[in-house]
Amino acid sequence: MEFFRIRRDIPFMRHALVLNIVSVVTFLAAVFFLATRGLHFSIEFTGGTVIEAAYSHAADINKVRTAVEKLNLGEVQVQNFGSSRDVLIRVPVAPGVKQSDVVSRVFAELCRAEAGTLSDAAPSASSGESATRQTCTASGAEPVRLQRSEVVGPQVGRELAEDGAKALAFVVAGIMIYLAFRFEWKFSVAAIVANLHDVVIILGFFAFFQWEFSLSVLAAVLAVLGYSVNESVVIFDRIREAFRRFRKMTTREVIDHAITSTISRTIITHGCTQMMVLSMLIFGGQTLHYFAVALTIGILFGIYSSVFVAAAIAMWLGVKREDLVKAGPKEIDPDDPNAGAVV
Amino acid sequence: MNRYPMWKYATLLVALLVALIYTLPNFFPEAPAVQISSGKATLKIDPSLVPRVERVLTEAGLKPDFVRFEGASVKARFDDLDSQRKAKDALSKALNPDPDDTPYIVALNLLSRSPSWLSALHALPMFLGLDLRGGVYFLMQVDMKSALVKKAESLTGDIRTLLRDKNIRHTGISRDGNNVAVRFRDTETLVAARNLLLNQLPDLQWLDSADGTDFRLVGSLKPEAARAVQTTAITQNITTLHNRVNELGVAEPVIQQQGQDRVVVQLPGVQDTAKAKDIIGRTATLELRMVDESAEARAAASGTGPVPFGTERYVERGGAPLIVKRQVVLTGDSLTDAQPGFDSQTQEPVVNLTLDAKGARIIKDVSRENVGKRMAILLFEKGKGEVITAPVIRSELGSRIQISGRMTTAEANDNALLLRAGSLAAPMDIIEERTIGPSLGAENISKGFNSVIFGFAAIALFMCVYYQLFGIISTLALGFNLLLLVALLSMLQATLTLPGIAAIALTLGMAIDANVLINERVREELRSGSAPQVAINMGYERAWATILDSNVTTLIAGVALLTFGSGPVRGFAIVHTLGILTSMFSAVVFSRGLVNLWYGRQKRLKGVSIGQVWRPQNSVPAKG
Repeated sequence: MEFFRIRRDIPFMRHALVLNIVSVVTFLAAVFFLATRGLHFSIEFTGGTVIEAAYSHAADINKVRTAVEKLNLGEVQVQNFGSSRDVLIRVPVAPGVKQSDVVSRVFAELCRAEAGTLSDAAPSASSGESATRQTCTASGAEPVRLQRSEVVGPQVGRELAEDGAKALAFVVAGIMIYLAFRFEWKFSVAAIVANLHDVVIILGFFAFFQWEFSLSVLAAVLAVLGYSVNESVVIFDRIREAFRRFRKMTTREVIDHAITSTISRTIITHGCTQMMVLSMLIFGGQTLHYFAVALTIGILFGIYSSVFVAAAIAMWLGVKREDLVKAGPKEIDPDDPNAGAVV
Repeated sequence: MNRYPMWKYATLLVALLVALIYTLPNFFPEAPAVQISSGKATLKIDPSLVPRVERVLTEAGLKPDFVRFEGASVKARFDDLDSQRKAKDALSKALNPDPDDTPYIVALNLLSRSPSWLSALHALPMFLGLDLRGGVYFLMQVDMKSALVKKAESLTGDIRTLLRDKNIRHTGISRDGNNVAVRFRDTETLVAARNLLLNQLPDLQWLDSADGTDFRLVGSLKPEAARAVQTTAITQNITTLHNRVNELGVAEPVIQQQGQDRVVVQLPGVQDTAKAKDIIGRTATLELRMVDESAEARAAASGTGPVPFGTERYVERGGAPLIVKRQVVLTGDSLTDAQPGFDSQTQEPVVNLTLDAKGARIIKDVSRENVGKRMAILLFEKGKGEVITAPVIRSELGSRIQISGRMTTAEANDNALLLRAGSLAAPMDIIEERTIGPSLGAENISKGFNSVIFGFAAIALFMCVYYQLFGIISTLALGFNLLLLVALLSMLQATLTLPGIAAIALTLGMAIDANVLINERVREELRSGSAPQVAINMGYERAWATILDSNVTTLIAGVALLTFGSGPVRGFAIVHTLGILTSMFSAVVFSRGLVNLWYGRQKRLKGVSIGQVWRPQNSVPAKG
């Protein structure tokens, strides 16, 4: 089986201008949404409290909301999470509210709304591991259970945001330096511009749909950044090789040739990675959902940007044969089996 | 050209074997177990408890798989939940006969069923993070400012005593933030004072300034001394937290320092944050009291008479009863530090205590009147007091007290630790808190596991169909990568979290890139008309440079996440980074080994099974 039966080099660069305009438009749209809507940061960045409660029956969101609002905790968000039985409650950091008892207060209120009483449960015997917890019991049953809670102080959130920005800067600088050493500054600029444009587009999606931007999404964004730079590296590698081998080709033709000869690998690799990510999206549940979404967008735009944007930018920046193939005539390797054989 | 020397195959085989052995423990299910740990700061668990536990269990008619001393606890594993519960009841009854006084904590736990020969090789299963297991996580911030203020307070007292002892007149000593300011009427006294203080208090640096008609000497802690104060504060807080957390009966609590001034507390299995917070926030108290050495008290101590009025009977560590007066001389609040050390003359182990100014004044008066008598130092935990040590007062005491005599170095260390354990060196706030229910944890495991399995299966299927034999080899290499990664994580005893599982999945998805690169290159070589053996060789050689390049960029992102990430991101980054490294080995060296093994020996190789190689010029598609 062979998917890619390409007879001659596809003139990608002929359409470079159109493709770049498409990128610029998407990029600007992403920036626009980031500026107007902003990211919906998770409490890891903003500070606050998240409580996940599991009901034994389908939860009545309005009832839960009125119960929680009684506590005057500020702007509380109540929504379904995963299934109709699971409820997610978000409590922001509010002045005058002691953050450390928000969880127990909210849970007590939820329990009261279900006409239950709170008690400390004995070790749950089923797992064989001691686990004490607060349980809410109403006439022998357990109407609501605390699944998960998370409390983040405001200063922690600020630090996480700062660390995230630092990590991004570190990745960008590290990759640029590496590529500048390995290739040439024009390539490193092109690769970074192309891939940062991916990052901005991922963030734009998160801003547009107001998906929750959490720490794991940030991790996905950075992983994608490192990953899609790969793509540019593979193409640049080919460009360098083609400059050496095909001495008559123009820069444009060299780039077209490099992209054409790597396109099958690009699509197969990304397809494989995407299969894995898809599996996470399907089976990974709520916790991995946005992580997988960010990766999906990143991978799809990663292909596009490293194939069409990075090479095009390198071309606009004026990459020449002399940039990559140093000291011209000496470069002909007498041992190279392809030296004379290729046209 | 496509042959490996024997040693390369041997290396691969060894790597495969080691990876298998260290991955193996993760496949054994967990068995119910009972864990006995110390419930008191003053009680240390040692292997001598093992026979006692065994005896109790045999008497109860229970047969444990083993009873083992591990770390600081004794663990006994059972076949079923029923005997686990019975064992817990029997052990609680035997070890803690008095329900008000519980020196031992008997907790339920889970232990891997992996055979003992694996454990002997240190092949242990990975730890499961709280998000996979359920439990409570706290991140606590230590208030370092107040630790420094406390230190400045105690220095103020020291300076006052020093100046008084040398008869240097000053017009006032005050604490100003973290600094200490001393005022003088003239420069001569200031110089004299400065010389004395520089000599006696090496932790401080001094700056003089004129202040109206007065001359002022301002002392501040040297940066390294300030750092030392902070390090001591955080270690003391961690020790104290350990003691308190023990009380919760958690099988495997984790208490770690994070950064300069933070402490992470992880309590697997605990769901009740309110109770956990309550216990973590509680203080144990330390009290200094005089020992009653009258005839009646002696009689009471030996059990022949009643305890005299105004005294209490306590048991000294080591067993002897002691009659101690009810009146408290000092509380632990006055104790600023306790360190083990050696006597400068006799070289015997001692414990050095440092008291603050107020405490020093009191102890000076009390000790002057009680030379030759004994003073008891008591630690109160859970409302129960215990005498840590009861030394004889040899002379009048000041702010620095030395406890010596009949101590080994280890005992001196223990005593110093206990004396410090009473209170927190600096207050702590909970700044982050997470609770994960056990059912959610189990759900997360299965979700993460499914993601990896189905993703892997999809990739394997595609590779095998598209690249045929080379696809099978690539899949085997990917499987080997997974094996290596899990083995490495188990060896490092890393904690597996859900982001970690996501990283495994993502890394596998990315690692296949190397094999795709190789396979595409080999196809390309075949397409351009190379002989099969040459094509394989060139394919691997040319792909290698690209693989290296592309992994370096991914590695940069991994390292950035590792450096700046915290919590869940760190777990992701560790697995991701390790996975990139193992993938280079498995995708290139291991898959090449398999290819060589299969094709390398055939001298006249006609074709390679790498799927269809389509040639644009040739109308007949040459089948592999």
